[in-house]
Amino acid sequence: MLILDNARLIDPERNVEAFGSLTVENGRISAIREHAGRAAPTSGPDAPRAVDCGGHCLAPGIIDIGVKVCEPGERHKESYRTAGAAAIAGGVTTMVVRPDTAPSIDTPETLEFVHRRAVQDSRARVLPMAALTRGREGRHMSEIGLLVDAGAAAFTDADNVVRDNRVFSRCLTYAAGFGALVIGHVQEPSLSAGAAATSGALASRLGLPAVPPMAERIQIERDIALVELTGARFHVDQISTAAALPALARAREAGLDITCGASIHHLTLNELDTEGYRTFFKVKPPLRNEADRLAIVEAVAEERIDIICSMHTPQDEESKRLPFEEAASGAIGLETLLPAAMQLVHGGYLRLPALWRALSLNPARRLGLESGRLAVGAPADLVLFDPDRPFILDRFRLRSKSKNTPFDGRRMQGRVLRTFVGGEEVFGGRNP
Amino acid sequence: MGFSARHLLGIEHLSKSDIESVLNLADHYVDFNRRSAKSSDELLGLTQINMFFEDSTRTQSSFELAGKRLGADVMNMALRTSSVRKGETLIDTALTLNAMNPNLLVIRHPHSGAADLLAEKVECSVLNAGDGRHEHPTQALLDALTIRRSRKRLSGLNVAICGDIAHSRVARSNIFLLGKFDNRVRIIAPRTLIPAGIDALGVEVHDDMATGLRGCDVVMMLRLQRERMDGAFIPSEREYFHRWGLSVDKLGNARPDAIVMHPGPMNRGVEIDSEIADDINRSVIREQVEMGVAVRMAAMRLLAGTRRHGEEAAQAC
Repeated sequence: MLILDNARLIDPERNVEAFGSLTVENGRISAIREHAGRAAPTSGPDAPRAVDCGGHCLAPGIIDIGVKVCEPGERHKESYRTAGAAAIAGGVTTMVVRPDTAPSIDTPETLEFVHRRAVQDSRARVLPMAALTRGREGRHMSEIGLLVDAGAAAFTDADNVVRDNRVFSRCLTYAAGFGALVIGHVQEPSLSAGAAATSGALASRLGLPAVPPMAERIQIERDIALVELTGARFHVDQISTAAALPALARAREAGLDITCGASIHHLTLNELDTEGYRTFFKVKPPLRNEADRLAIVEAVAEERIDIICSMHTPQDEESKRLPFEEAASGAIGLETLLPAAMQLVHGGYLRLPALWRALSLNPARRLGLESGRLAVGAPADLVLFDPDRPFILDRFRLRSKSKNTPFDGRRMQGRVLRTFVGGEEVFGGRNP
Repeated sequence: MGFSARHLLGIEHLSKSDIESVLNLADHYVDFNRRSAKSSDELLGLTQINMFFEDSTRTQSSFELAGKRLGADVMNMALRTSSVRKGETLIDTALTLNAMNPNLLVIRHPHSGAADLLAEKVECSVLNAGDGRHEHPTQALLDALTIRRSRKRLSGLNVAICGDIAHSRVARSNIFLLGKFDNRVRIIAPRTLIPAGIDALGVEVHDDMATGLRGCDVVMMLRLQRERMDGAFIPSEREYFHRWGLSVDKLGNARPDAIVMHPGPMNRGVEIDSEIADDINRSVIREQVEMGVAVRMAAMRLLAGTRRHGEEAAQAC
């Protein structure tokens, strides 16, 4: 038995925060008591282990949908060992990993390999997603039934869009038969081809090939139409523009089973950060203008966007040390998701329980997980953090194997103190 | 003769006085280049490497000649065909060359920002000879010198830049330079070749040649790349010429003494009618080539001067 005492409990389900203590037994939350200040200490040799949380925040562990761990294929960029270490240091207790590896995770055998590697090396939970089509090529459906049996959490071709409407609608129909969740990337591929920036004054001045924000709206409209046709369960990986939001609202009003996410980078950075051809800010879709960023933040606050993710994408130095157009896209985010998200709290856009709906509760609900809640009976996947502690980020101190963070040198606030997975303390305290 | 910049990467971040320094010194080299014997030892002992990741006979020979006339040791590297094909990156190539201690690196690269990236990694001065769609600073400088010598001033002019603005580094550098000297810049192109938000750079945007050229002192034509036909930017060369090609008729909208410029190489009958290109009273296209050598001599001389001055200061410490 473990008692986490003197904590500021962040409960996304009831949308409240209160001081109190939380008891863990057999890997699950067994009791929650709300009270002001510290509870009377229990003493004696048989007393349960008690951790004084020092008045800091205790919240459900983050469930991060769309993490890229580069196994199999590119272990030099990120392995389950390094990603797992980064996750628990960032308060992420469940990584929902992408299938855009080399080869893609598109067979039960590859999925089992990933399971095995994850169990061996990661102390954060790992839920692998599988490719929707073989090789993520958009031609042949992958073995969705067998992959569901093998434990695929969801189906996605990651940043490849299935262009063929017939193939995509059949995949959606078939997946719906298994109740499987399909995740789509909503960037129209022909407009996006070769683009390194969002079209506008900045891209024109820097001379970068650019994609209009309308590419997102076009793709989301297609996907919504096919979801309406097929009745599939659908999640949009990242919304990054205001133009896509009305379409989403209409789809929800029509009662379609659609949710959507936003990446922390699109919520906290804008295209001006790429000035000077800074390739660590090159992500996919490209960073947008400030008006779009604010619209996305507002949509999260109003729960029109359900989920915040890190879109953790490790890239080595070589693939980033190139002219902007040629450089690889993507940024790491497991360890910086929490402090970056804290900017939204300190900026007054979101309160902590609302933020944790997007970080933990909604992803758990969408994937049918028991975690993500601060409730009796839920798995004790927890993060203890100080939301205010300031620090300057040094990318070389991050635990990911690749160091491609856009936040290098930035002043941030919010530090993870301890992380628990299944009641076990996996980070902080006695595990520095 | 002050010059503050360490590299010549673009016009955008170059000060007005640095631009004037280049133009003033280039004026001197124009006379120098017209002498029958034209060799100087101003860059004697310095090594200039031309790194061309994209083919360009004209710009490369202009840089080569400029270096040689000032006495530098010039080496040309046609990188399109060498180690780059073997998977070596721009940075690897740059670091290899850097280890040979050059003084001036001239780079032409198909991607925007390549010159900036290179400048971060090497110790010598970097001259951008064109990076993607971003900048081509020596072209804008030679255009400015041509205009200044022909119009006797470089401000208060109406300048039209016509053609493929979207893919043109020449257009961007010229927009920056002419803007710094308080000229009125108009761009004229089919809407598919006008980049989004370009008016933020302080230009007037036109899609009709007749209205765009009205009252212009300078008409700059841009080269239309043949591959633009594939990207669905324009339907055909003949339609392009009909609407946006510079003919005697259309030029009639500009001032009667307006000069016509083109960075070359020209597509006669696509963006410009031969009759205008060869009209010695209107076209300054050949002067532009001449000014090109002088401007590049001036830019390299000034950058080398900044460097030498820095070295002397370091030794004095």
